[in-house]
Amino acid sequence: MTDWRRQRSARDERIERGRAHAQGKVVAAASVVDLLEAVLLPGDRVCLEGDNQKQADCLARGLSACDPARVHDLHMVQSGVVLPEHLDIFEQGIARRLDYSYSGPQGARIARMLYGGQIALGAVHTYLELFARYFIDLTPNVALIAGVSADRDGNLYTGPNTEDTPTVVEATAFKNGVVIAQVNEIVDTVPRVDIPGDRVDFVVEADRPFYVEPLFTRDPAAVTETQILMAMMAIKGIYAEYGIRRLNHGIGFGTAAIELLLPTFAERLGLKGRIATHWALNPHPSLIPAIESGWVEQIHCFGSEVGMDRYIRERPDVFFTGSDGSLRSNRAFCQTAGLYACDLFIGSTLQIDLQGNSSTVTANRVAGFGGAPNMGSDPHGRRHPSDPWMKAGEEAGGTGDPALRRGRKLVVQLVETFGDKLVPAFVERLDALELARKLDLELAPVMVYADDVTHIVTEEGIANLLLCRTLDEREQAIRGVAGYTDIGRGRDHAMVETLRSRGIIRRPEDLGIDPLDADRSLLAARSIKDLVHWSGGLYEPPAKFRNW
Amino acid sequence: MEKLTFRHTTNRSLAGTKAQAITGVVASGNLEVLMERSLAPDQCTVEIDTAINGYGDVWEAVISDFVARRQPGGLRITINDGGARPDTVTLRLLQGTRLMEAV
Amino acid sequence: MAMVPVSLSADPLDQSWYEASARARLDGLVDPGTFEEFIGPEQRVMSPHLPAFDLPRAFDDGIVVGRGRLDGSIVLVAAQEGRFMGGAFGEIHGAKLVGLLRAALVAKPAAVLILFDTGGVRLQEANAGETAIAEIMRAIVEARMAGVPVVGLIGGRAGCYGGGGLIAGTCSRLVVSEVGRISVSGPEVIETNRGAEEFDSRDRALVWRTMGGKHRRLIGGADAFADDTIRAFRDAALDQIGRAPAFDLATLEAEQARLETRLDRFGDARDATEIWGRLGLNDPAAVPGLDTETFDALLVRLPEAPRDAR
Repeated sequence: MTDWRRQRSARDERIERGRAHAQGKVVAAASVVDLLEAVLLPGDRVCLEGDNQKQADCLARGLSACDPARVHDLHMVQSGVVLPEHLDIFEQGIARRLDYSYSGPQGARIARMLYGGQIALGAVHTYLELFARYFIDLTPNVALIAGVSADRDGNLYTGPNTEDTPTVVEATAFKNGVVIAQVNEIVDTVPRVDIPGDRVDFVVEADRPFYVEPLFTRDPAAVTETQILMAMMAIKGIYAEYGIRRLNHGIGFGTAAIELLLPTFAERLGLKGRIATHWALNPHPSLIPAIESGWVEQIHCFGSEVGMDRYIRERPDVFFTGSDGSLRSNRAFCQTAGLYACDLFIGSTLQIDLQGNSSTVTANRVAGFGGAPNMGSDPHGRRHPSDPWMKAGEEAGGTGDPALRRGRKLVVQLVETFGDKLVPAFVERLDALELARKLDLELAPVMVYADDVTHIVTEEGIANLLLCRTLDEREQAIRGVAGYTDIGRGRDHAMVETLRSRGIIRRPEDLGIDPLDADRSLLAARSIKDLVHWSGGLYEPPAKFRNW
Repeated sequence: MEKLTFRHTTNRSLAGTKAQAITGVVASGNLEVLMERSLAPDQCTVEIDTAINGYGDVWEAVISDFVARRQPGGLRITINDGGARPDTVTLRLLQGTRLMEAV
Repeated sequence: MAMVPVSLSADPLDQSWYEASARARLDGLVDPGTFEEFIGPEQRVMSPHLPAFDLPRAFDDGIVVGRGRLDGSIVLVAAQEGRFMGGAFGEIHGAKLVGLLRAALVAKPAAVLILFDTGGVRLQEANAGETAIAEIMRAIVEARMAGVPVVGLIGGRAGCYGGGGLIAGTCSRLVVSEVGRISVSGPEVIETNRGAEEFDSRDRALVWRTMGGKHRRLIGGADAFADDTIRAFRDAALDQIGRAPAFDLATLEAEQARLETRLDRFGDARDATEIWGRLGLNDPAAVPGLDTETFDALLVRLPEAPRDAR
């Protein structure tokens, strides 16, 4: 007779073995390795929580200290490959296969290990895509997650950095998996229950608080005149033009400049209330002046940001907060919100080709995707209209009954024509293709595909790709804003002028902007300390951003 | 280090009476531009000392566009470059001519 | 709606001292239109050494010197450009400052103002730079003996380190802003020599509470604390010129006694906050967050106000 409960029985046995190292659900930090060796089986699919923000670092250290004779050939399915331990376990033979999304700081090492065959790569995903697979064909056997505190029943308070945790737990706990949480402290009563205790099997009191990277803090002191000029163009030529109210920003200095120009440049243009009111965004410190000036109605967050917790607590009308007062973030929901309920994504990139494909891959780094390709794509499942979406759809053309026409999400690439060390951002051929060839990847790691990008903003102007009708026009529109790069100097000058007369290319002067006005005095905050002042002392920046 | 010199003939002299102006700072990715009104009204020279070799054709294009746009006749322009990007070069040149146009 | 807590003024005097170039600081500091530069960029007196290292030069070698009026009185001024080679002293750079200070003996200005922004001596011309430091200190002493106050203004990107820190110690008065730092060895140097456990140079809060403007003001290492605007530095410079002490044996002995007492009282402290506590501050941890007005008010209420002699 068929046994329909094999997975369930296996899970019960794992938990039973783990209990030997626990008091009830509670496990001491010193017993992490024993616990993991008891619960894990060779070949398990394991989600080790960590993304571009928080890290289950105590459990990561524990996993890398396991005996490879007992724990080996794991298949890691996780958002972020960020800590050294995340790759150590592949060198040690503890893990073998990898499906992931983001690998910022480990990008170079992961490339070397892929090349050396130490990692068997499934695929590099976007966050939402990987989360989706947790429920279809990459469901974890064991999830190792991070929270702020837990009670003895396993009720978990994830705090402001909830991020991926609910999604990971949902996929694991309800499909016969084991959930092990590290927490900063065991308490009698958690401030709020983010994860109910019946979904958490073990709680480890970590030796130190879990690590969070302040990835979304951009010091206004580092914003350049060029970035201010581009921000002015984006505000006047795109935000105002389309009436963008619902949006998501990337993490670059260009978008930080836009945030810092809202209470100054944009306010003087009379745009308050007409643009940038509803956000899918992490709590960027650089948005504080706009919030304090009454620009922002609400923000839903993927995660939190180091130092922003007190500020968020005091602004519950703007942020999503729990009954305890602190932020509730949720990466899966916020990614979905960014995909379906925002009319614009704007972010920067490292390379753009002549079709408009863009990539942040350089020849020796696999940085992964994170959420950007999801934010920066046109959702074909969208059905609700909005003015910007309809206007963009109209510009994209199409024939027949207007009521049958799709709208378009605006996907804007904000890019300076040359990057660090005079490396051109515009190229004939993306480095991603070379990397794919070297690593034998079926798909080149493209961040935003050409058919999703609608506008490219450089210091030379804005190219509106929606209005291009042929591939040739598109190429010249891109060349026409590519400045003095080889791509830019290879332009057909007559055609670029024609495109300009049709409004496909717009120069600063076409928008009534004098590049000499792009001055740092336009920034609502010119330092981290200014942001602290704007917040009334509620923003508490990490030490590395202070100069006082 | 690389030295570059460009000579241009302009249609007119730059407006204003200021004899000299300096803008920018020599730093990584930045440059200083010294402008002196010391040439014939239809002449403009640009001498560059740059920290990064091999970008002569980009400099030539940037300077040509600037001369065509501003017609800086009469100016001797001297640049100390710490490896600035072309857009920064253009910005400094425009800042310099704005200063020179002051009466 | 909240009041705008950050100045959005476009008035040059309201611009950040920290962000402004050496030339912009000088332009705003002296009375409008009164600045006359000595050895200007058009003379192209540049470093003879940097080309040997394949490094770009600056027309003014990173220091602007000249004469201007401050509230009507003639002052000699020198401003270092912290972004060019970290504002470091090279041969020309140093010689320009020495020359300016010696000219003060003849010109008898109301003061010499030195706008420090320096990491110390330029490695590529270290011998000339070290010599310049010594010559500058001697020239400052001679100017002060001749009755010309020398006031240092510190609030730039590079701080005031190395030989700059030594020179600052010989000035009649020092004005510092919160972002300004004064020290001889920089954070990275200390960490390299003594280890990150002794001094973690990446802990910027630690760097500032050890070398930053507020700490220097609290322990008498600077005589005035200014907001980070050109206007605030101008006002403070004016005020401090009038407070410059006579330069005689009594002043030097008083300064020596002050430094000995300071070492006795605080020599065993492990952190600046400990010193602030001993000075009678109730909430040392709150000091870095205080604005200028509150900080100055706190100084006045201290049981012993920071005392200087110089």
